[in-house]
Amino acid sequence: VNVAIVGGGPAGLYLAILLSKLDRGVDVRVLERNPPDATFGFGVVFSEETLGALRDADPETHLEITDTFARWDRIDIRFQGRELSSRGHTFSAIARKRLLEILQARCRELGVALEFGVEVAELPWADLVVGADGANSLVRRFADFGTKVRSEGSKYVWFGTDHVFDAFTFAFRETEHGLFNAHAYPYDERMSTFIVECPERVWQRAGLDEMDEQESLTFCEQLFANELRGRELFSNRSLWLDFPKITNRTWHSGNLVILGDAAHTAHFSIGSGTKLAMEDSISLAAALARRRWDLDAAFVDYELEREPYVERTQDAASDSAAYFGRIASYSHLEPIQFAFNLITRAGRITHSTLSVRDPHFTRALDSWLGGRPVSPPPAFSPYELRGVRFENRFELVEGEAAVSEDGRTSCEEAAVPDGKLLLRLTHAGRRGATQPRSRGVDLPLQDGWPVVAPTKRPYGPFGAVPGAPDEDAVLEAFVAAAGKAQAAVLEIDMAHGYLLGSYLSPLTNDEADRLRFPLRVLEAVRAAWEGPLAVRLSVTDWHPRGNQIDDGIAIARALAEHGCDLVHVEAGQTIHDDRPQYRRGFLTALSDRVRNEARVPTLVGGYLTTLDEANTIVGAGRADLVLLDLPETEIEHPVATSESRSLGEVRA
Amino acid sequence: VPGVTGEVLLDWARRADEGPFSSVAVLDRVVYDSYEPFAALAAAAAATSRVRLATMIAIGPLRATALLAKQAASVHGLSGGRLTLGLAVGARTEDFDTAGVEHKGRGKKLGEQLAYIRGNVDGDLVGPSRDGIEILVGGLSGSAYARMARYADGYAHNGGPPRAFANAAGRALAAWNDLGRPGKPKLWGQGYFAFADPDRGDAYLRDYYAFTGPFAEKIAAGQLTSARAVKDYVRGYEEAGCDELVLFPTVTGIEELERLQEAIA
Repeated sequence: VNVAIVGGGPAGLYLAILLSKLDRGVDVRVLERNPPDATFGFGVVFSEETLGALRDADPETHLEITDTFARWDRIDIRFQGRELSSRGHTFSAIARKRLLEILQARCRELGVALEFGVEVAELPWADLVVGADGANSLVRRFADFGTKVRSEGSKYVWFGTDHVFDAFTFAFRETEHGLFNAHAYPYDERMSTFIVECPERVWQRAGLDEMDEQESLTFCEQLFANELRGRELFSNRSLWLDFPKITNRTWHSGNLVILGDAAHTAHFSIGSGTKLAMEDSISLAAALARRRWDLDAAFVDYELEREPYVERTQDAASDSAAYFGRIASYSHLEPIQFAFNLITRAGRITHSTLSVRDPHFTRALDSWLGGRPVSPPPAFSPYELRGVRFENRFELVEGEAAVSEDGRTSCEEAAVPDGKLLLRLTHAGRRGATQPRSRGVDLPLQDGWPVVAPTKRPYGPFGAVPGAPDEDAVLEAFVAAAGKAQAAVLEIDMAHGYLLGSYLSPLTNDEADRLRFPLRVLEAVRAAWEGPLAVRLSVTDWHPRGNQIDDGIAIARALAEHGCDLVHVEAGQTIHDDRPQYRRGFLTALSDRVRNEARVPTLVGGYLTTLDEANTIVGAGRADLVLLDLPETEIEHPVATSESRSLGEVRA
Repeated sequence: VPGVTGEVLLDWARRADEGPFSSVAVLDRVVYDSYEPFAALAAAAAATSRVRLATMIAIGPLRATALLAKQAASVHGLSGGRLTLGLAVGARTEDFDTAGVEHKGRGKKLGEQLAYIRGNVDGDLVGPSRDGIEILVGGLSGSAYARMARYADGYAHNGGPPRAFANAAGRALAAWNDLGRPGKPKLWGQGYFAFADPDRGDAYLRDYYAFTGPFAEKIAAGQLTSARAVKDYVRGYEEAGCDELVLFPTVTGIEELERLQEAIA
């Protein structure tokens, strides 16, 4: 079998090694456009799992790689003149150059033909052609892989330094232009990788768009002089870049297959690029062996095995990239909370997993929130809102009351639950006069009452055409209901396309000042209600012509200025045919942005089914209060006995 | 499966009704050698007395709304209330072109159909009664989950490894929760199997899903070809919260049904 691998990076070389080992009949060539000793970037990071996979795949190179590794288990976070450490995170890193030397040497030993300085102008002739030629892959031009490239995260530049860090270090530096941050980690006994990052507008304000390579290096060196302990930064064509997120609909076509960065990239801030690439090589080589070089079958196996893992990693990487893009909004957090928010940014580490890795860290977080040296986890910490004390963060239960007869959704009487009540005052607007929810939602009653909204369009199919609301009457109804309300927290419903929510969206209200009437209601209710006052808000309409997240944050800010104590974060349902993004905890990221950008306390639900989610959300400052949907679990079952008594009888 | 006779089809239905199975299901395609789903279920209704009769799924927007409602209500009535109506937007443009139906706007049309069928907006003029038809909605877009939670009783997944089902089920539950529906949606899953002649089954799946391009190979690779694979699949789906799992044969021999029965016993 003839194999041509385009690209002599870690993925290509490693695949060459694994394929040559498969059997003697395999003839492998690696075609690399650069000379053998050219390298870009400084160090690369691996995790423990990846190392295990490398050991199983090729023990010889594993030994050499791990020999030269820098290893550490700490994350240091330097923020506002303080340094916080979290332990128990196992990392290893190696100089990219050293990694390539090891892999090249092993290739030669196995008889792989390494051809350097080769530009691939046309598809090389071989039984199997592999595109391992990175994010800017040329091989991708030879077939339709359905490639998509878009940039994500902030501007960044990749340096080396001879200051040897002893932990994975995140450093934050406030400047007159805005917030900069650095990602630094050691990769051998002499050197560290040092990546500097900032949002594009900060980058422009600082004039970095007009600096040359040396000027920007000097700028970064001075900015992070403290972290570098007076050591230098080194450049290796170190230019400011945008990170390209690459996805492909398929990773193979005919006898052509792509892997590593050519197939998928993951933002550097979770350090998974090289790891993913080498794992791809292992998976592809194993599939070819298993399928005895039936290329189609092997490619399908390879994709099926790698796709879910790659997708999860890319999602986590995108979350991480977006987090660093809005990092300035977290600068108001206490350092311990800031650090926990950072550590849990990509959803891969939670309060529970961190408490296993680093119990000291979570204990410090818990006691800061709980106010005692030994405190229960964040969801159990007390909270106070406008004089009302909460024993924990999840004790609120929702109840709902329509402010008027015509503001009801259906004829059913809603039962008011027991517990610490969040009473929502609602007017259904054009979503009124519908059949009971047990049957479906927004199914109009055949003999319903007239509905009102600031738009003439019905909410859904077969819905009634709304009339114009009598605003004074609606306002009075809200105030009257507030006067009678008995609850721990009173809430005004401005979400999900109900009457006040439909005022807020450009999809359903043409007037220029869409906040006019909702704010009038808010102020009037505020005057009639002394306790904590919440507003339920659709932060985004999930529609291209509707309110976007930034609009929602601006609305939340306005609500807070007009007396709202707590924003209950919701999304969508403003119109019937929106494009929602459902998953477990789908509102958490929105709540994080509202709380930290509008700087207003938030309440969030969104199908949270575990206490761990609540602990992570509250601990990281993504919300102040949560609504849990704990599933009913049956862990105890009746025991079948010879007398076939039920468990209840046995107990009795 | 192309070429299958009505006799074989009803034999499967009859044997399923006698066996441990709880439903028989059909799928829907215009430009293919396959039976129209409501006609097939009506025939199955006469040949069976116990099992539920399900479309998994029928392409709603291909049909005029009132006629779809009438077809569904008819099968439901003829079978003594055993219909589970799984609906989705469909994916093949050629089915829409051939049926002379606009492909664009099919999501919106499905929403209207669901509101019509579930909401009794016609004032019960189009009988027989649709009361008690169990409605499922399929699809992987956010809008599909919302449609499911708004109008249906459950979710119809399109197949794949248990973790893909678990992921979709999480989204379905989140949507159900977001729309304030009481209780939980019914979660239906599906898979393909062939014991005796997996290569023929493979060829059928590649052909049936050819319109998806490279995806067809993955569907074929996911075909269950041994008792062990079926058992693992069933267990995986059960753990992921699946309420009803539809296993579609890709070859037609009735022995396949017996082997399936042994595998899940």
